[in-house]
Amino acid sequence: MTTITYIEPSGREVAIDVPDGWSLMQGATANGVDGIVAECGGSCACATCHCYVDPARAGELPAPSAAELDMLANVAAERRPESRLACQLKAAPALAGLRVRVADTQE
Amino acid sequence: MTQDASAHVVVIGAGQAGVQVAEALRAGGFAGRVSLLGEEPYGPYHRPPLSKAWLAGEIEAAQLVMRAPEALARKNIELRTGVRVTGVDRARRVVRLEGGEEIAYTGLAFATGARSRTLTLPGADARGVLALRTRDDASAIAAALDACLARALPVVVIGGGFIGLEVAATARKRGLAVTVLEALPRLLARAVTPQLSDWYAALHRDHGVQVLLDAKVSEIEVSDGAASAVLTADGARHPAGLVLVGVGAVAQDALAAEAGLACERGIVVDDCARTSDPSIVAAGDCTVTRRADGSTRRLESVQNAVEQGKAAAASLLGHSKPFTAAPWFWSDQYDRKLQMAGSAAGADRSAVRGETSAASFSVWHFAGERLVAVDAINAAKDHLLSRKLLDAGVSPTPQQAADPSFDLASLLPKP
Repeated sequence: MTTITYIEPSGREVAIDVPDGWSLMQGATANGVDGIVAECGGSCACATCHCYVDPARAGELPAPSAAELDMLANVAAERRPESRLACQLKAAPALAGLRVRVADTQE
Repeated sequence: MTQDASAHVVVIGAGQAGVQVAEALRAGGFAGRVSLLGEEPYGPYHRPPLSKAWLAGEIEAAQLVMRAPEALARKNIELRTGVRVTGVDRARRVVRLEGGEEIAYTGLAFATGARSRTLTLPGADARGVLALRTRDDASAIAAALDACLARALPVVVIGGGFIGLEVAATARKRGLAVTVLEALPRLLARAVTPQLSDWYAALHRDHGVQVLLDAKVSEIEVSDGAASAVLTADGARHPAGLVLVGVGAVAQDALAAEAGLACERGIVVDDCARTSDPSIVAAGDCTVTRRADGSTRRLESVQNAVEQGKAAAASLLGHSKPFTAAPWFWSDQYDRKLQMAGSAAGADRSAVRGETSAASFSVWHFAGERLVAVDAINAAKDHLLSRKLLDAGVSPTPQQAADPSFDLASLLPKP
């Protein structure tokens, strides 16, 4: 289990213990975190699980695949260097305490 | 209707489309009651992983969740699961549930989805003949795959469509012997062009799947009540520990038809998701769309559920948000992701961008000079670009599409 802090579009912060190996998208939707739409169910096909990882820690995460990078071009909200698709990030001890800001819109 | 707190929209169906209608109503400022009635015992969950990660035993139930109960509750969307709607009385504006309960509505949305088409063949109702639509279906298939592995029995897939091929890929990756029987001369005949059909046959064969085309199933052989083999019209016998039937989906339109709404192998809707009763909307796999030009279109996809769901909510709120974007779809098989956009019906030429022998390429389909569809394999950039071009009504030439050094984005109108 790794604790991830999600910041919802409203600003509300919610810390979730996400089982290791789960995607951060799954951690969000299973726990009712607002703003992760995830239309495609985690298939890297819709870009509606857009989030901004803490810029100070973005470099600690595994780099996005070519597919994720391509799909990030389709996010509805502002794309920033720390933009990631939550379905492509897997909970792991190295991510402990990671703060993830959910994009303010997914459409 | 938006501000009327005494209004009550009932959504029949708590899948992707149903959830979308409910959430779009709230996003649109609807202040009345929203009831989401689901027949399955589970809250809204994602179907795409059922043929892949769920079937492979890689994820647990909580990872399939589309919307947690608390997320819906926070939006004042009342979810009821395990509820069967038995009838809709349009005159009295009530929905009848099994057991007799009646729910009055001021607005109504059908999001009843589809069910797997069944085979009417000898042996089709034996144990071990399974179809895939629901989470429970997928769990049964996963258990059957485990049993086949333990007993070294092969899997026979009837139907070379997306469901059949995705299950075939998952089963093959688990080390099972897999045979795909496709009745037509090519795989995915309803969905892709012949070139891509050939590519898929090669992909599966390269992974060790036996792909048999023009293979018409005549009977399922049964031993002790369980399927033991599939017999084809050419006299061949294909042993099977599991028979996976993937021969299409049938829209669940019976309730709508009984309520007097126009149905034609699906609830007929317009681009704004309105049924033949303009105060009733429908969205998702249960629909067939009659387009402005008179043609009909049936889409079975996440995008259709989402876009029709949004259109349906807008219609209920008295606005117009037609679903006119190019249809798109994806399928994951092995390490290959297909992303399709547009419709290749009517295409008379195509151009390949890249090499079909490469891991990543795209095929651009034209009807004369007009771009009509693009199939992208592990080429999300091409896919997203193709959607923009199709939606803008802009067509590259086949030469431009085939030239990887030509910047197709430059053809788009400047914002």
